[in-house]
Amino acid sequence: MSSDEFPKEFSPEELINLYKKMLLIRSFEERITKDAGKIKSPLVHPYIGEEAIAVGACAAINEDDYITSTHRGHGHFLAKGGDLNSLMAEIYGKKDGMCKGRGGSMHVADFSKHMLGANGIVGAGPPLALGVALASKLRNEGRVILTFFGDGAANQGMLHESMNLAAAWKLPIIFMLENNLYGWSTPSANVTAIKDFSLRAQGYGMKGLSINGNDIIEVYKTVKEAVEFARKGGGPTLIECKTYRWGGQTTMDADKYRSTEEKEEWKRKCPIEAYKTRLIRGELVDQQIIQEIEEKTLILIDESVKFSKKSPKPDPNTALDNVYKNPIEYGGN
Amino acid sequence: MEVIKLSGETKTMSGADAIRLAIEEEMERDESVFILGEDIGAYGGPFFVTKGLLEKFGADRVRETPISENAILGCAVGAAIAGMRPIAEIMFADFLTVCMEMIVNQAAKARYMYGAQISVPLTIRTPFGTGIMGAAQHSQSFESWFMHVPGLKVVLPSEPADFKGLLKTAIRDDDPVIFFENKQCYFRSGEVPLDKNFTIPFGQARKFTEGDDVTIVATGAMVQESINAANKLKEENIHCEVIDPRTLVPMDKKSILNSIEKTGKLLIVDEGCKTCSVSAEIAAFVAEEGFQYLKKNIIRLNTPDVPIPYSQSLEKQIVPNAKSIQDNVKKLI
Ligand SMILES: Cc1ncc(C[n+]2csc(CCOP(=O)(O)OP(=O)(O)O)c2C)c(N)n1
Ligand SMILES: [Mg+2]
Repeated sequence: MSSDEFPKEFSPEELINLYKKMLLIRSFEERITKDAGKIKSPLVHPYIGEEAIAVGACAAINEDDYITSTHRGHGHFLAKGGDLNSLMAEIYGKKDGMCKGRGGSMHVADFSKHMLGANGIVGAGPPLALGVALASKLRNEGRVILTFFGDGAANQGMLHESMNLAAAWKLPIIFMLENNLYGWSTPSANVTAIKDFSLRAQGYGMKGLSINGNDIIEVYKTVKEAVEFARKGGGPTLIECKTYRWGGQTTMDADKYRSTEEKEEWKRKCPIEAYKTRLIRGELVDQQIIQEIEEKTLILIDESVKFSKKSPKPDPNTALDNVYKNPIEYGGN
Repeated sequence: MEVIKLSGETKTMSGADAIRLAIEEEMERDESVFILGEDIGAYGGPFFVTKGLLEKFGADRVRETPISENAILGCAVGAAIAGMRPIAEIMFADFLTVCMEMIVNQAAKARYMYGAQISVPLTIRTPFGTGIMGAAQHSQSFESWFMHVPGLKVVLPSEPADFKGLLKTAIRDDDPVIFFENKQCYFRSGEVPLDKNFTIPFGQARKFTEGDDVTIVATGAMVQESINAANKLKEENIHCEVIDPRTLVPMDKKSILNSIEKTGKLLIVDEGCKTCSVSAEIAAFVAEEGFQYLKKNIIRLNTPDVPIPYSQSLEKQIVPNAKSIQDNVKKLI
């Protein structure tokens, strides 16, 4: 698919916003990585290097369309319009976090934005997407859902159950496979006999595509087409986005299992740099605007850290709240 | 707690028919209710509980699925998050092992870990227990596993009227409910109220017989065995109070403790194997909260810790029955 041209439906401002969003995610994750020692949780998974997928894909759906996310979910959260401050506060485990300090990094969610949650169980998002898509279909809403998952999750049994059922019922789901070549330390090539995961789509009776996940416009255009197909009742599509995780599996992973050469090679394919170059070439921005955007982004991140530090810790006396909608009672009659 | 007398117009029907009536009434009442599972359509399910629902409500709302239990429950949880009220059928409780993920890590946790942003109004129905020569993989009683999962409600009625009233409550409940249907209770008949507004609140035990001598707490098929035992023992002037908790979470501790305050003696009869069973939980809270009432040691009469054998002569040997209940009551006298 040619992605040389910018999509015509976007205004210059909207095109620049895509850049801003990717940069926001990048800066957010860099800050989290820098502060990892302070945050203390060893289970925080940065999205650095993969930003074009979340931002490109979410740009192709409407506000009231849904997404499910993964353990590596901050990027999805921000791309779907989730609030920066409450994301940061959640990772700090504070009361003003999106999940009031109950969920943390692996469970960030903003249901008001139809971001249905990061998930700590690899491969658990796609089965949930089935029901959301079915609800949309039964109520004739025309809403679609993007379900993000990794190359590791691609080998999870429930993902396969989900792809089969989605195709059988022609559900409006886009299976967004983020192939960053590794599941934690395991190269997917060691545990998967095929090179392109998109091949699997055919076996379930849906269309499968493998694309450059570091090209935001290619991601956008591919998802857009799949979304239009799904909205028309055509059913699901599998989109494999090839990409790379720049950092360790988590903010605390020493990442000794991947070569420096490999990492450097992928850094040269930076999705944000590539898009920036294009914006400059298209004369949509110049160096000065870029610099302003970078500065403003860092201010936003600083503010979110300040907000999070100021936010109180959750009241320990609320630890038992909200297990059920109403506290369960031991009736007696 | 009084022995319940049903009011209003009633009809004699089997447990299976009472369940179907509850589903039918709730599907008529609320558009967002639908049912999904394996072979539940024209065939009506292995115990014919859903027979006729497809003809009445159509294939959109009576959805036959592939044999993909994680997809079934994932779909149900996702639909519940999106505002539907799904009823998912798992063909045999034994198959819950392949979809624990969606129950334990998703349905039960979503409200709490996402900071109370959402509810999961889901009902999972599943037949369990011995009595059909089902052998080791089609006869198990797993209910105690789910009592160990905060966020779930666990319902296990034994009488047709209770099936109807409690299933309607389950469907209307905003939290995930797992509804265990004892296979033998499917076939037994009883009076069932025809009132469409007949519901039974969770957390209220039911007393079947009055007595001052021994409290028998029993669930599922063990309730009828206990009633039969109590009727026999009456001839010997031994008076037992047979109590069915009906919901295991929430558990009506108060009614059980009140009865023990009167009798001072407790026999718990449970079809599940003994270690970490429902009987273990009941014995534990009685020891903790009602020790002062006990005049004798508590007796737990369970199926022993053994896979369920196929041959009837073996199965009958291990599952508690009216005779073994009588013998154990006498140990307390
Ligand atoms: C069911 C399950 N198994 C294992 C893990 C531990 N784990 C967390 S992330 C991860 C790697 C996942 O790889 P992938 O799906 O490719 O996503 P990526 O981390 O590369 O984004 C593993 C093994 C888990 N959280 N859940
Ligand atoms: Mg991966």
